[in-house]
Amino acid sequence: TPDPLITEVQDWASGLGDGVDATPYGLPISHEGDVIRRNVEWLTADTISSINFTPIHALDGTITPQGCAFERHHSGAIELKKEDYRLMINGLVDNPLVFTYADLERFPRQNHIYFCECAANTGMEWAGAQLNGAQFTHGMIHNMEYSGVTLRTLLEEAGLDAAGDLKDKWVYVEGADASSNGRSIPMEKALDDVLVAFKANGEALRKEHGYPVRLVVPGWEGNMWIKWLRRIEVMDGPVESREETSKYTDTLEDGTSRKWTWVMDAKSVVTSPSPQAPIKHGKGPLVITGMAWSGHGRITRVDVSKDGGKTWETARLGSTQGDNKALTRFYLDTTWDGEEMLLQSRAMDETGYVQPTKAQLREVRGLNSIYHNNCIQTWHVKANGEAENVEVS
Amino acid sequence: EKYGLGRTALPEEIAAWDVDVQPDGTGLPVGSGNAFDGEEIFAEHCAICHGDFAEGIDNWPKLAGGADTLDHEDPLKTVGSYWPYLSTTWDYVNRSMPFGNAQSLSADEVYAIVAYILYSNDLIDDEFELSNETFLDVQMPNAGGFIIDDREATEYAHWRGEPCMENCKDSVEVTMRATVLNVTPDQEHGDAAMAEEAKASPAPAPEAAPEPEPEVAALDAELVAKGEKVFKKCKSCHQVGDNAKHKTGPILNGIYGAAIGGAEGFKYSKTMAGFGGTWDDANLAGFLAKPKKFMKGTKMSFNGLKKEGDIAAMIEYLKSVSQ
Repeated sequence: TPDPLITEVQDWASGLGDGVDATPYGLPISHEGDVIRRNVEWLTADTISSINFTPIHALDGTITPQGCAFERHHSGAIELKKEDYRLMINGLVDNPLVFTYADLERFPRQNHIYFCECAANTGMEWAGAQLNGAQFTHGMIHNMEYSGVTLRTLLEEAGLDAAGDLKDKWVYVEGADASSNGRSIPMEKALDDVLVAFKANGEALRKEHGYPVRLVVPGWEGNMWIKWLRRIEVMDGPVESREETSKYTDTLEDGTSRKWTWVMDAKSVVTSPSPQAPIKHGKGPLVITGMAWSGHGRITRVDVSKDGGKTWETARLGSTQGDNKALTRFYLDTTWDGEEMLLQSRAMDETGYVQPTKAQLREVRGLNSIYHNNCIQTWHVKANGEAENVEVS
Repeated sequence: EKYGLGRTALPEEIAAWDVDVQPDGTGLPVGSGNAFDGEEIFAEHCAICHGDFAEGIDNWPKLAGGADTLDHEDPLKTVGSYWPYLSTTWDYVNRSMPFGNAQSLSADEVYAIVAYILYSNDLIDDEFELSNETFLDVQMPNAGGFIIDDREATEYAHWRGEPCMENCKDSVEVTMRATVLNVTPDQEHGDAAMAEEAKASPAPAPEAAPEPEPEVAALDAELVAKGEKVFKKCKSCHQVGDNAKHKTGPILNGIYGAAIGGAEGFKYSKTMAGFGGTWDDANLAGFLAKPKKFMKGTKMSFNGLKKEGDIAAMIEYLKSVSQ
């Protein structure tokens, strides 16, 4: 039968749409209302010091729109005007300096795309399959293009002669909010690729991501990406702050804990099909897609398994070569015969590292670990197209 | 290359913002405080989230306890059991606490609060004067418990190389399903399933409790008022009144004269559940004075009321909420 959407004149083909002044700053169309950040209430005592999750199951490509990029605050997202913004550099520098926001805009700047992943991403899955959706198991990640000044430029402006040998020096970075969230970063990283950023995806940072200025620490855990950055201190050792001792450390089976586990290892996840993105079209052509990333550099290959890891096929990367410390999209263009699948993805990076299974991680770290879980994820896709988060032998 | 941008930071500005403290105590201001003073300050500023005894309320961080649990299942990580440096506690309390009113405490108050947290972890006695000078005398139990990231040797070295592509396993079985737990937020309604539901071990059926004996004695209003004040110490764990719920401890409405360990829906320690008897004057007086001595194995972490007058007032107050 002919499709009335074609044979009958529709309102939108006859009447008029919105004028250009209807939405001076655009929002997603109402039909995409389910593509939103979501919170898991029971995770934290309060939403002020909490986290929400990027709807990765509904996104494609690699760039995360700011409006749905996950948020993590320790004392809430603060409102700090550019006019009230000050950045101090002090400690072992030749001349301690204060910059205004306008000062920062006068330094030469760069643009880079990087992923930012919370160290706790997938942390709830350590003990077993728990949350039923890629958004909740892997959504503490976003990937944006940042515009900013290199931290090296600012440190050199203050002068590092006073610091002497830079090899054993650190910078302590902290935010203007009540939590401060101070973190210590070795000088080598600070001078390598850290950015003091004020734009993301071309526009000003959102309040929830540290407006007007945040730190970007490529490849390293998100907690170090200080928001509302207010101070950088050159020091002769780490501060060993709350965020680098009591949190973000990894307790092993024998009770000792790893600290300074900054790099986020290679990881990937199938975003569709997944529990929140079931197959609705029945048998035939099926696009399996997901994303992969590595804090050590570029993703070189992603393999996909449909049978829980017995056999693997190499997926097609969305760009010819993965970007450095940025999300890479992968696709497996396949045919679904309606059979059940145990879908997995496995990332490899340019260091030759292969994403491990949960069993491999547990063998080294035990069961009490929380952070830095980069294990292979399994979705059980059923004959009706629905998918579930499972763990397999 | 220098751009000549920015201006020199003034000493007062650096002093205002550069307040971090390093493990060797560098950055500590002159000052002091002890746990005895700290208890009161802690009760006023910290107990609403962390509990009167630093034991933590709801999902808020527990600051005390957990000694020797780090190699157990679900280790309890607190300042006492986990934090390697005392400087971290001082720095964090000073810079970021209380939650919602950060940077409002004086240096002496911070020393006193930190001393109280140490005392709650049995790491100092209540007379120890914590100061910038005695700071390094405190031994943190887990100071030697950390190693620097060793993934390069223990993980990367093993997980590099060409991965298996075919016949990688003989069989694959599903060993666990997320939907069984049912802790994923309901996305249509946007509200989350509660954690308690997830962990739900079915609550044990309350044993048939003997009918409370009717008490019709007249109350001493003055004593009740005094007891209500003393009850502040209990409030972080116990609720009374119309909307009372079980928290860390059970609801205390009707507790006077009720069966010991008999409140419906509260998971008691085995000791309490099997203790027998009712909460009469003698049992209450014994329990309130030295809970752990009176009932060995009770979960109640409270150390007891020291003054007999307070105990009498508390019993009178509990009678008042039982009528």
